[in-house]
Amino acid sequence: MANHVNTAPAQVGEIPKPNTGWIWKTFFVLVGITALEFVFVFAMDPSTLRNSIFIILTIFKAFFIVAEFMHLKHETKGLIWSIMIPMALLIWLLVALVTEGNAIGAAVDNIVT
Amino acid sequence: MSTISTTQTIPDSALDKPRTGTWDGGNEPFKASYGKLMMWFFLLSDAFTFAAFLTTYGLIRHRYAAFDEKIHGAFKFSTDYWPVPDKVFNAFPGLHGMDVPLGFVALMTMILIFSSVTMVLAVEAGHRMDKADVQKWLLWTILFGATFLSSQAWEWSHFIGGHEEPTIMADGTRFFGANLTMNQYGPVLFADLFFFITGFHGTHVFSGVCLLVYCFIATTNGTFEKRGHYEMVEKVGLYWHFVDLVWVFVFTFFYLV
Repeated sequence: MANHVNTAPAQVGEIPKPNTGWIWKTFFVLVGITALEFVFVFAMDPSTLRNSIFIILTIFKAFFIVAEFMHLKHETKGLIWSIMIPMALLIWLLVALVTEGNAIGAAVDNIVT
Repeated sequence: MSTISTTQTIPDSALDKPRTGTWDGGNEPFKASYGKLMMWFFLLSDAFTFAAFLTTYGLIRHRYAAFDEKIHGAFKFSTDYWPVPDKVFNAFPGLHGMDVPLGFVALMTMILIFSSVTMVLAVEAGHRMDKADVQKWLLWTILFGATFLSSQAWEWSHFIGGHEEPTIMADGTRFFGANLTMNQYGPVLFADLFFFITGFHGTHVFSGVCLLVYCFIATTNGTFEKRGHYEMVEKVGLYWHFVDLVWVFVFTFFYLV
C-alpha cells in the first residue's frame, strides 16, 4: 500500500504531512467489531454457536491488529509465514486440551459418557 | 584414496567470487532489520505463553459443569459450576450497587484499542522524522497505558474485595471476594486463572509503559533524530500492539465466552 512506504528520510527542516486515514479506518473497524460482540453477549443465550461467533470476531480483530497496526501484511512473504505457521500449531493444542478438560470433568464427577 | 582432490573440482575463477545469494549474509532477506525481526520472534514466543495460559483456562473451564438455568435454577455463585462472567464483572467505579454487566471491561478494552491507535500514529510520525508529533503521540499512549493499568488495579481490588452479598461456602461460612485458595464466585481455579492471566497481561502492559517512557525521553533528547531513524519507536510499537492483541483474546475468552 502506498500509504505505508513514505519511509524515505525527509529533507532537514521539511516534515511531510501525516497520512493517517488508514489508521482511523482500522480503528473504526476494531471498535465496530467490539460493539458487535457486545450485541451478541446480551442478545443471545450462551451456546456453542455464540462462542463460535465470538471466536470468529476475535480472529477478525486479531487480523486487523496484526496486519495493519503491526504492519505484517506489508512485510515479505517469508516473514509472514514464519509467524503464521507456528501459530497454526496452537489450534491443535486448544482442541486437544478442551476435549481433555471434558474428559477430566466426566472422570472426577463420575459421569458416564 | 589420496588421489581424489576435492579442490580441483571447483574452477579457479569461482574461488575468489564473493557469495552474494539471498541467504549468504550481508542481506536482509525479510527486508526487516535485525531488531525488528527479533522483536517478531520474541512476540511469537510470547504468543505461545499466552496461548498456553488461555488453553489452560479452556481445559479447566471444561472440566467443570457449565451453568444451566434448567438444572441449577436462578444464577447464584456456587462451586458446582463455572461462574457466568457478566455476573462476576458487573461493577463500575462510581456506580456503587448497580448492575453494569461487563461495562467496565468494555471501557478498558476501548482504552487499550485507542492506545494502539496513538501508538501507530507515533510510529507514523517517526517515519516522517516529525519529532514533535512522535512526542505528542507517545505521551498519549503512555497516558492510555497508565489509565488501563489503573483500571485493572481497580478491577482487581473489586474482585478481591468481593460483591455486596457474601457466598455461603460448602462449610457454611460466609465469604466475600477472592484469594488464591478461596473465592466467592465459583471453583478455586476461576480466581487463580483470573489472577494469573490478567496479571501476566498487566505485567506486559507495565513493561510496555516503561519502554514507552524510555522512548519518550530518548525522543525528547533527540537520540533518535541523531540516529537518523525512529526504529526503536517502531519496535516498541510492535510490542505494544501485541499487548493489545493479547487483550483482545483475554477479553473474548475470559469475559465474553
